[in-house]
Amino acid sequence: MNDEMRFGRVSRFVSTLAQAGELGIEVTEARENRLILRLPYSEKIIGNPETRVIHGGAITTLMDTASGSVVICALPDFELCPTLDLRVDYMRPAEPDQPVFARAEAYRVTRNIIFTRCEAFQESDGQTIANCVATFMRIGKEATPKAYRDLITGDVE
Amino acid sequence: MTTPEVLKYTQQTGDFSKMLASIPYAGTIGLMCEQFGDDLIFRLPRKQENLGNPILPAIHGGVIGGFMELSAAIYLMMSQDALRMPRIVDFSLDYLRAGLDRETYAECRLTRQGNRVANVMVTAWQKSRAQPIATARAHFLMED
Repeated sequence: MNDEMRFGRVSRFVSTLAQAGELGIEVTEARENRLILRLPYSEKIIGNPETRVIHGGAITTLMDTASGSVVICALPDFELCPTLDLRVDYMRPAEPDQPVFARAEAYRVTRNIIFTRCEAFQESDGQTIANCVATFMRIGKEATPKAYRDLITGDVE
Repeated sequence: MTTPEVLKYTQQTGDFSKMLASIPYAGTIGLMCEQFGDDLIFRLPRKQENLGNPILPAIHGGVIGGFMELSAAIYLMMSQDALRMPRIVDFSLDYLRAGLDRETYAECRLTRQGNRVANVMVTAWQKSRAQPIATARAHFLMED
């Protein structure tokens, strides 16, 4: 599988997630075991209108989406992997009016579990906004309906 | 932003509408809160836009996280005498069951309140409280 296929699979997968669409999350880059997503700034994800800082919950959604999607960049066949757990450390508030990026990596893939790490940052200064580690369980591709798998892998015309 | 006046009003009346209106993200996911005596129950009504996995369908894991995180912060604000803004330091979430496309509830417990840091436990469930869909633990820095 090449990066173009990875980008296609992840983009199609993210586009099936209603909440990712609601927040405007998009794929920026997809490579083997690695992925970058982008969360645009918007009024609806503000936690505190006075500082206009994004709520941590939206950062969690960005990082959960990135960590869950990088799994696609780590496996030859598409399989849905439920999240077992997720730990987020918040380093600093995100700068308002700027998108937040999440750079995720699947750093260990076993028969049953996938381990990921993810960093949220902004373009302006590149400083880390939040770090996240997560684990995903492999339940096998047969657990996902074929029609959905084909939709993600692009096997339907 | 939640002001000292809004906090006081919410604590006195148990009406969360003003406080929730001061947090745009709460409206985006549709978080609600109700007070029963001293207890707070947080509620996330069904919402199509909150879904992730379209097959089950299931609520996006990030929304469950955001719901629990925001519940913990509101719970903490309500437990203080004066307004102190909780700033989240870290958040650790275990997903126990799929969060299906139905109403979700959460309750919080203050595990430890120090001078500057508070530790909160959150449990989320749907059909039965005895079968939680997720548990979480968060640390907050309390700012005066």
